Amino acid sequence: MTGRTGTDGVKRIEAPLTDTVINSLKAGDKVLLSGFIYTARDAAHKRFSEALEAGRELPFDIRGQVIYYCGPAPAPPGKVIGSCGPTTSSRMDSYAPGLISLGLKGMIGKGKRSEAVKRALKEHRAIYFGATGGAGALIARTVVAADVIAYEDLGPEAVLRLEVKDMPLFVVNDIFGNDLYEAGIERYKR
Amino acid sequence: MREIHINDIISMIEHLFIDANVNLSENMYDMIKSAIDREESPVGKEVLRELLKNADLAREEKMPICQDTGLAVTFLEIGQDVHIAGGDLTGAVSEGVRRAYLNGFLRKSCCHPFTRKNTGDNTPPIIHTKIVPGDRLKITVLPKGGGSENYGEVRMLTPSQGREGVKAFVLEMVRRGGPNPCPPIIVGVGIGGNFETSALLSKEALMVPAGERNADDDMAALELEMLEEINRTGIGPQGYGGSVTALDVHVKMAPCHLASLPVAVNIQCHAHRIREAVL
Repeated sequence: MTGRTGTDGVKRIEAPLTDTVINSLKAGDKVLLSGFIYTARDAAHKRFSEALEAGRELPFDIRGQVIYYCGPAPAPPGKVIGSCGPTTSSRMDSYAPGLISLGLKGMIGKGKRSEAVKRALKEHRAIYFGATGGAGALIARTVVAADVIAYEDLGPEAVLRLEVKDMPLFVVNDIFGNDLYEAGIERYKR
Repeated sequence: MREIHINDIISMIEHLFIDANVNLSENMYDMIKSAIDREESPVGKEVLRELLKNADLAREEKMPICQDTGLAVTFLEIGQDVHIAGGDLTGAVSEGVRRAYLNGFLRKSCCHPFTRKNTGDNTPPIIHTKIVPGDRLKITVLPKGGGSENYGEVRMLTPSQGREGVKAFVLEMVRRGGPNPCPPIIVGVGIGGNFETSALLSKEALMVPAGERNADDDMAALELEMLEEINRTGIGPQGYGGSVTALDVHVKMAPCHLASLPVAVNIQCHAHRIREAVL
């Protein structure tokens, strides 16, 4: 499927991502993402890299998957998860190209990516999405289920498998080399 | 001499950190709301609306506005006629922070610089104290997230760089941060003092209510000039492009050495969380 576009101009897409969906996304598109994604930030990425160097498997099959750069707040009683907005993606830039080459198809975070990451997105056909930084309570509402699947000892930095429903995102970097941050500044600088 | 028991300090610190993290202040809410009209970009407007919706939800559901509930920055203005009873003051602040982050389901974001091992309860807090006249204790808490804090800097300018040098430095910091510190931002600028004073002044500048101007006419003019220039960068809400990159700029100034012009820039995200109370 290519993702359904509603009358509101918003594309509804599913994770894991298919090539057809990836090919249809352009920087600046607003999307609502549903399906399964994995949280991982600084410490988890360090462990991914150590595992790969030691020839061990990653805690989940990364092919086709989407990683969310996020360290949630603890879930209050009766809630699936606490506030869970994105963290700054650039700190994961040194790890991302390697993971993309292994089949990672999407990343969700906030802020600029390095040239190396943007090249990897084009070369291996993957997408970088922006979530609204600081909208942690709003995003938590789109999380249907959350389970720790690895590195529980890392506390807020553990790897969680999230089931999300209509998570609001913008496409920041697409497979065509477009960058929403650069285009936005060009358009609105005075 | 007036006595203040540490139990009152512990419970007040706990209350203030939870309240600050969950309930966006009316002042910040209004600043974001009024920015929607000024914002030219439709995407920018949508981001600002999301932030208001997020603040409403956080308040209703008693959840933190942002998952990064920060390092526990605490300012204490201690009246010189106050006697702290029942234990040590630093320990009391620390205990209040521990309880707030545990009982308020706030994220523990404090770790060892190299091993990255989490301290587990968001302690130690960062405590700044001032001795002031009187018999009261004023507590101000400013839980500060890492995303915005990472884009600050202290720089020792030369006196000849002057006012224009300060403006250029601030603009450089805002452009370097771009989307990363979660715009629309608030910029705190500390000018003068020495190396460490400038940094502290820049943080204190963030504590000035948004919309309020420096009492000194030239500094007030400098604040507005910088705000205008920042909003011409085009960075916009979340960096997606737009006309509202900063909600406000505040300057704090102190005299400095003949040879120096220390300047510090401390950037704050739109989730500007601050609360104060007087015991």
